[in-house]
Amino acid sequence: MNLIAKPSKENLKTYAPIGLFLVSLSILDVFINAFFNFNLMAFLPSQLSYFLPLILGFIGFYLIRIEFSGVRFLDILNKNINSNNFNALLTLFTIFIIIKSIPPMLDWFILEANFLGNSKDDCTGDGACWVFIKVWFNRFMYGLYPDAEQWRINTAFLILFAIVGVSFFVSEKLKKYFVLFLVFVFPFLGIKLISGGSFGLEYVESAAWGGLSLTFIISAFAILFCFPIGVILALGRRSSLPAIRYISIGFIELWRGVPLITVLFMSAVMFPMFLPDGTFIDKLIRVLIAITLFEAAYMAEVVRGGLQALPKGQYEAAKSLGMGYWRMNALIILPQALKLVIPGIANTLLALVKDTPLIFVVGLMELAGMIGLAKTNPKWLGMAMEGYVFAGLVFWVICYAMSRYSQNLEKN
Amino acid sequence: MGKIIELKKVNKWFDKFQVLKDIDLEVAPQEKIVICGPSGSGKSTLIRCINRLEEHQQGNIVVDGTELAENTKNIEKIRAEVGMVFQQFNLFPHLSILDNCTLAPIWVKKLPKKEAEEVAMKNLTRVQIDDQALKFPGQLSGGQQQRAAIARALCMEPKIMLFDEPTSALDPEMIKEVLDVMVDLAKGGMTMIVVTHEMGFAKEVADYMIFMDEGKIVERAKTKEFFENPKSDRTKLFLSQIL
Repeated sequence: MNLIAKPSKENLKTYAPIGLFLVSLSILDVFINAFFNFNLMAFLPSQLSYFLPLILGFIGFYLIRIEFSGVRFLDILNKNINSNNFNALLTLFTIFIIIKSIPPMLDWFILEANFLGNSKDDCTGDGACWVFIKVWFNRFMYGLYPDAEQWRINTAFLILFAIVGVSFFVSEKLKKYFVLFLVFVFPFLGIKLISGGSFGLEYVESAAWGGLSLTFIISAFAILFCFPIGVILALGRRSSLPAIRYISIGFIELWRGVPLITVLFMSAVMFPMFLPDGTFIDKLIRVLIAITLFEAAYMAEVVRGGLQALPKGQYEAAKSLGMGYWRMNALIILPQALKLVIPGIANTLLALVKDTPLIFVVGLMELAGMIGLAKTNPKWLGMAMEGYVFAGLVFWVICYAMSRYSQNLEKN
Repeated sequence: MGKIIELKKVNKWFDKFQVLKDIDLEVAPQEKIVICGPSGSGKSTLIRCINRLEEHQQGNIVVDGTELAENTKNIEKIRAEVGMVFQQFNLFPHLSILDNCTLAPIWVKKLPKKEAEEVAMKNLTRVQIDDQALKFPGQLSGGQQQRAAIARALCMEPKIMLFDEPTSALDPEMIKEVLDVMVDLAKGGMTMIVVTHEMGFAKEVADYMIFMDEGKIVERAKTKEFFENPKSDRTKLFLSQIL
């Protein structure tokens, strides 16, 4: 029973073109159907026409599955997406789903979307109403910060970017001072500039801060402080002094065991009750401390993983050269351990950035919080989708940039 | 002659298991001592006690006039004077060979960087890997790594060098290059305590041989006598197996 010969090198010349034609035909059919709403195979009975692309593609893929065909293109194709019948089916499904989902996405994002206008009434199309983002953009970036004072936030961030940018081009020796300035001086200078209250700058209370700039401020401060605290906790947890070890373990396990939302709530609502009358700590600062300590506990465990991965010989070699505890850790152990756990550190810091929206529970509104506020505005009801797609996009860009940076660090 | 290392009735336990039993040992400056014995006999533990990588529980250890006790500052001072070479080299993989050698002199002995580098290059030349100074440990062969580790210890200009089975992790053809360096060091007058199974090396450089078994020093004798006329049966048995 060999009416149809098995595809092989001998019949390559006839089978390959027919197979490729069938596969192309099936993809073309789905494509035209998806983009132009026209059914090439409409003359066939409806059920057959529905499954026809799949059947045609499947037969086509079967015909071109020729081992060692000698044609490079075919070999690569067969090896990667057409190694057996099941994989051929998966390939077809994937291609069809991608093609089918492009037109509605395009429609919603661009073709049917509205970009012009100033109010919800200008959004007449079926797609997204980007007018919403446009009108509220300023609030999404700066929160309730007074318009006239927004130059202060801009200046702070511009200085930051300028310093970071310039530091790439200066010598190693100067770079050290740049880093020291960025870590120890700039954060406080920047905060002073934004909060004001002196140097003739109008005071802006932290409750008015918000939007993306608040996301950045909180993330930057939390990252800056949680890292050294985490390292110290990790060292403490491995200390040979029982008191330090148990305090570290207790601290880490306490903060890791509580949800962030609870921590934030307590920091904002319960904590002030324990303070003596008349003392007041700004809500934003309390929240910052809470997030920092929370993430430091996670950071500590990541760093501990790196410390434990180092061979004992490294500790012994350092000790045998007369190094004390701090020199050993600073010069030998931490540089190696931290490099080992860069992926874990990046993971924790990404989680930190994405945890910032939770500060809405205490009434602070960063980007996602501002969107939540805007979408409940009576004039802009029903804009949740646009808002959260926008927030998702912004967070993705930030986190992807961080992720790429960490991969870069890992390589060097 | 004064003694540079003195151990008196040193006892040590790992939990309930006693690894060192009433060890008495005296080493004069410039003496070379080779310790041998079956595995698990406590010889590595013994030399690791001398720079307190292991703590002893009973007895006294005095190194260069300083008693090893709880005081950490004393211990760091002693460690800076006692160089140690490990079976697994234990170079710092994130630093170049030169940085491996200069790190401790700069940070512990507070030498200026330039001076530390001169000392390092001198010692790297001495172990004949000065041409590898800017490479990283992972790029070197086992024999080169072990010689680099010896140079790193020498850069602290120690009074005593401890060797903990320095050739056990090496390919046979690399053992000689490391032993040559150690012989050269011995001829230069360094005080050395070496745990090794290389009996050829022992015959060449050792003043004294020490044979350990089950945590005790079974025999201590001049090298020639040790090999030609061992007293205890346990030593005879060991030598008959190893030679």
